[in-house]
Amino acid sequence: MKQTFLELRNNLVEFLRTFGAFQLFFLRLLRYSPEILTTRLGLVVKQVHNAGAQSLVIIMVCGLFVGAVLALQAYSNMAKFNAEDWTGVAAAFALVKELGPVMTALLFAGRAGTALTSEIGLMKATDQLSAMEMMAVNPVRRVLVPRFLGGVIAMPFLAAIFSAVGLYGAHLIGVEVFQVDVGSFWQQIQLTVEMSDVNEGIIKSIVFGVAASLIAVWEGYNTVPTAEGVGHATTRTVVITAITVLVFDFMITAAMI
Amino acid sequence: MRQTRSVEIGTGLFVLLGMSSLFFLTTQTTGGDDFKAESVYTVEARFENIGSLRTRAPVTMSGVTIGRVTKVAFDAMTLEAVVHFVIDAQYDQIPDDTDASILTSGILGSQYIGLQAGGSDMYLEDGSEILFTQSAIVLENLIGKFLVNAGSSDEDSD
Repeated sequence: MKQTFLELRNNLVEFLRTFGAFQLFFLRLLRYSPEILTTRLGLVVKQVHNAGAQSLVIIMVCGLFVGAVLALQAYSNMAKFNAEDWTGVAAAFALVKELGPVMTALLFAGRAGTALTSEIGLMKATDQLSAMEMMAVNPVRRVLVPRFLGGVIAMPFLAAIFSAVGLYGAHLIGVEVFQVDVGSFWQQIQLTVEMSDVNEGIIKSIVFGVAASLIAVWEGYNTVPTAEGVGHATTRTVVITAITVLVFDFMITAAMI
Repeated sequence: MRQTRSVEIGTGLFVLLGMSSLFFLTTQTTGGDDFKAESVYTVEARFENIGSLRTRAPVTMSGVTIGRVTKVAFDAMTLEAVVHFVIDAQYDQIPDDTDASILTSGILGSQYIGLQAGGSDMYLEDGSEILFTQSAIVLENLIGKFLVNAGSSDEDSD
């Protein structure tokens, strides 16, 4: 009885310690960010390329099909009420407010987050980070901050591209396949979607970008430096990012309604 | 050097694509506010039933948006809905016996206020009240009446 109680207490303390260390780590990244952005912009550009430009293909293909399937579902249900013109509205709302930021964050965790974690984890496992410290180079500044910033910058752009390509997919299905009038398709979208809806999507994608990059970098930096440890850390990145993103999504939506 | 160059080109392309997507989303999917006015004046109208009229709903005359609903309230004394709306100040020659009705755009569309010009020589000004109003048509009431009529006409034919 006493044994389990002690164990429970240790687990709780350990959880609090990790959680606190995570927050301090975030602050540390933030503290170095302005300096890196002004003096070592080249490093950040390279990471924007890794996290953003190289994720373009998966984001665009997924966006196209998500938009297309939304239009397909919306059309087949709206047709029952003779409201086919609303196909575009349903797809646009779903994309701009929810699916754009959320799907992009999940894909980002799978495509870019895992790459970050395993890269940093492997650097740690092969003692490259320690070697940097020996040379008086701060690995947090030199390695982690540019990767974090790259993800934060790339994510809103990726989400916007996802939504825009998704709308094109919805246009293809709604207008080209089902012959919804192209004028009323776009006019209904413009009349219904408001600036605040687009802003909500942008805010979400910024928050998700910070969360996904932070988790990926943190997991990589705290990897158990073995082959198995890197594998575990990569898995944890995807799992924790997915949970965080979906919980945050609910909270932001609830706060903005 | 080549490596950096292609990285830079890729990143530039990516950011450009992202920005144009953002631009597309903010300009093409939102109608934004199609009502913009430098100065406005406020008019109020009382309705028996406003249906699902909400703030920010357009106020139109001859189909042109000339104003926007700013406040919807309920008057507990007269048991009526009080709707405040603003009209662009450049339209300052609207007769004060104009009547306001709550209309619906399309069968499932949102509701808006339509103004029908009267013939008075006096014009609406800030704080004036529109006296002739027509409530929203509530679909359920309409269906109810239709059913009652259909029932009574059946009896007639017997």
